[in-house]
Amino acid sequence: MNAIESIEKEHLRMDIPDFRAGDTVKVHFKIHEGDKERIQVFEGAVIRKRRGNTRATFTVRKVSYGIGVERIFPLYSPNINKIEVVSRGRVRRSRLYYLRERKGKAARIREKR
Amino acid sequence: MWRSSCNGVCTVLKGIIGRKLGTTQVFAENAYLIPVTVIEAGPCAVVQIKTKGKEGYNTIQLGFMEKKPQRVNRPLSGHFQKSGKGPFYVLKEFRVDETGEYKLGQEITLDVFKIGEFVDVTGTSKGRGFAGVMKRHGFSGAHSSHGTHEHFRHGGSIGASATPSKTFKGKKMPGHFGNGKVTVQNLKIVDIKSERNLLLVKGAIPGPVNSVVVIREAKKKKVRKEEQVEAEKN
Repeated sequence: MNAIESIEKEHLRMDIPDFRAGDTVKVHFKIHEGDKERIQVFEGAVIRKRRGNTRATFTVRKVSYGIGVERIFPLYSPNINKIEVVSRGRVRRSRLYYLRERKGKAARIREKR
Repeated sequence: MWRSSCNGVCTVLKGIIGRKLGTTQVFAENAYLIPVTVIEAGPCAVVQIKTKGKEGYNTIQLGFMEKKPQRVNRPLSGHFQKSGKGPFYVLKEFRVDETGEYKLGQEITLDVFKIGEFVDVTGTSKGRGFAGVMKRHGFSGAHSSHGTHEHFRHGGSIGASATPSKTFKGKKMPGHFGNGKVTVQNLKIVDIKSERNLLLVKGAIPGPVNSVVVIREAKKKKVRKEEQVEAEKN
């Protein structure tokens, strides 16, 4: 293993569940306010997962009060308290950018059986 | 010229030779993702000690990256024999105020630096060959439409006919770009892995991967006192 890989491996977390684009997840994210720390839950569909040790990120999209909200999380961030997989989606591509142009019923993701 | 920046007598050598291994990102304690460059630094050996009395200035010559003895010519192999170390691919000098503390053949490792300190990193930038003004000086080029022809990446006029009727000295023009000595100042040390001789500095450093760089104590930026106290506590 080369030096860079070994440095990245030190920062990886083993407790992150396996999920893919199309899955609906709840991300419990730690938020620091001054000295206090609280946990905020962001629930939505994973529309993209980028790989690569410490550089890995995933994007979660939800529609909040009619407005689409997307949030990018570093996959191995220490600020992620936990990730819950709510449901597995059946999708035919790995990047679900087409959801951005769709609204309501058309923006649904079929559940995997 | 680099001078040891502590006031008064400063005998400690705060520099090392290294090899750029590449860049990545690591998480800080506050969960921020920091871009870092990984440098394999040292161990270096003291190959020669120059003193004010003999050579006219005080300096420590360090060697880095060992090579096979049969690859060294006779004069150099004699030079290495005196220190009992080597031979090395790279030799670099580091100025110090006092050389008394150092012995020939002594090993210099990353222990000279601490996490949280700032360093200057000197290397050779990537060579770009003969580059135009857009790449070399960041000129914006010319219109790509509106009747422009054969004049897209040019630099424009370099001096009109009546005034000034000459080209000013130092006018930015195309030419050789890169492959020169570049120093990046005030890079924070994010982590040191002394058992593997790895140094992680925040940000980018000059040159391609595997190029040789010189790491020195930052000339301008210092760790603030209260921060230092805190760092020592941890």
